[in-house]
Amino acid sequence: MHIPDGYLSPATAAAMYTVSLPVWYLASRKMTTRLTGRSVPLIGLFAALSFVIMMFNVPLPGGTTGHAVGSVLAAIVLGPWAASLAITVALIIQAFFFGDGGILAIGANAFNMAIAMPFVGFYLYRWLSGGAVTPSRRAIAAAVAGYLAINVGALLTAIELGIQPMLFHDAAGHALYFPYGLGMAIPAMLLGHLAVAGPVEALVTGLVVSWMQRTNPQLFETAGGVTQGATGLSRWAWTGLLSLIALTPFGLLAPGTAWGEWSREGLQQLGLGYIPEGFDQWSNLWSAPFSGYDIPALNNSTVGYLLSALAGVVLILGVIFALTWFIGRLRHRREDGRTG
Amino acid sequence: MSQIPTKAKRGRRAARGFFEKTLGHLTETLEHTLFAEEIARQDGMLQSLDPRAKLLGALALLIAISLSHSLLVIAALYILTLPLAAASRVPMGYYIKRVWVFMPFFTGIIALPALFSPFTPGEPLLTLIDLTSPRVYLAITVPGVVTAAFLLLRVGSSVSVAVLLMLTTRWVTLLKALRTLRLPQAFVLILGITYRYIYVLLHAANNMFIARRSRVMRRMSGAENRRWLAASIGTLFTKSYALSDDVYLAMQSRGFRGDSHVMGNLEWRRADWLWLTGSLVIATAALWVGR
Repeated sequence: MHIPDGYLSPATAAAMYTVSLPVWYLASRKMTTRLTGRSVPLIGLFAALSFVIMMFNVPLPGGTTGHAVGSVLAAIVLGPWAASLAITVALIIQAFFFGDGGILAIGANAFNMAIAMPFVGFYLYRWLSGGAVTPSRRAIAAAVAGYLAINVGALLTAIELGIQPMLFHDAAGHALYFPYGLGMAIPAMLLGHLAVAGPVEALVTGLVVSWMQRTNPQLFETAGGVTQGATGLSRWAWTGLLSLIALTPFGLLAPGTAWGEWSREGLQQLGLGYIPEGFDQWSNLWSAPFSGYDIPALNNSTVGYLLSALAGVVLILGVIFALTWFIGRLRHRREDGRTG
Repeated sequence: MSQIPTKAKRGRRAARGFFEKTLGHLTETLEHTLFAEEIARQDGMLQSLDPRAKLLGALALLIAISLSHSLLVIAALYILTLPLAAASRVPMGYYIKRVWVFMPFFTGIIALPALFSPFTPGEPLLTLIDLTSPRVYLAITVPGVVTAAFLLLRVGSSVSVAVLLMLTTRWVTLLKALRTLRLPQAFVLILGITYRYIYVLLHAANNMFIARRSRVMRRMSGAENRRWLAASIGTLFTKSYALSDDVYLAMQSRGFRGDSHVMGNLEWRRADWLWLTGSLVIATAALWVGR
């Protein structure tokens, strides 16, 4: 899943850096406020550890072997923020010293493996293992979370790669970077990860969690508290949100258009004799990136719908997150002013 | 002459299970870093430059390679790195082979289908199958070759620049460079600790694998192997946790209060400015020519 330099256009690489930077910033803020100097060697050692774990060859039933990323495992033990920093550092050293993954592509690789994976994995694990946990439920929850999280990472990688030929080609139409579109990148990437890399990640995450519960349970109990998890209420909110995203393709089944959301053509079909002048004037002002909630290059409206829903939710959550953070900062500053 | 780690030296690769693969991988990484450190200590052209100039110059070249729309320009940029490698005492065989022999296993396989007409339709360069009934057509197309060449050249040249930077710069000085380039203190500190302890953990993992190898007589089942692997990862986890405590105490007892100071300052000299300006000019020229 390590994208080398040359696969992504510089524009995409830069965009992925801008996405990853705020997360790195927040993570390092969280670490320094929570644990002060103690977190520096902790993250350093776990970065070294995940570097070493990424080298382990894991035998699967059936004879194939594969490598695990270990992001979810780190997130379960350290919490997602610390895990995010640790894996990022491991990726940077891999890129600079072993040519494993590009230097310009660090932003993208970190987003897929050091941000999306630990966060998705951590919250899935929390949700699946529930409040009162038995050791076996914990191990199974960890395995499932590992499996799903690496596939989310693979899907993101495939999307980043798959948009390259659409966006970047020279005048003659030759693809300048990764040559295959989303329609090929996503199935190719997911096939490998659903079949091999996913099971490897699940095995490693599940088995190690179960081993640690037997040998070092107190490490397990306290370490999760390094960062706070989702509370009961927000767990339900996340479940609801995820199932809503999963249900979006049902919108394709519904006939007609929502009342009041007619397009130019829709108005004509309704039997309206004329098109309001203002409508004509303004309707071309903005053309949406995913027009009709579909991504044409995919040739598959269900997948397009799901991806559009996912992109929309990520966008909205990003805005809300940024706003809350900003407001929190303002409030913080005002309180500082009052006491100081 | 320094020892060059090659795949062949580690012996026959027949019938290697996960065990030998991992062990091989661990040793290879250790060898590789020692080799890099050895070259970085030699007295060569790139070694003598300030790490900041080298880092910024390498970034400029990487961006130029990545932005260029011309195959010739990318190839020219790659060829420019060859005399640099030679002047820095990087063994040429290693430098070229490392990139162009091992890369095709990954990027080559990905670029391969793009050559053919079903993936990249266009003017045929070499028609392989052309049947009218049933209609079967397979050709290597001109746009296919161009597309695959872009991917391979770009990846190969980018990796070469990274390899050159890594082989000629000691990690300690690179960290110093990052510090003076205004990266957050804590982040640079973590990078330093990580790099140092990668060796410790690599050695620990290596020892665990060898210890087990020397105690096992019969063939282990897959389930046994997996359980053992999980236990060794778990052990490494616990070890890292305990080590990080020790490191923290050691840091505190030496007066660590959240920031650190680097001994020995870096100094920009005329050669560094020359190098930085040179690489910026070359990168800009490459971009202008290869628009």
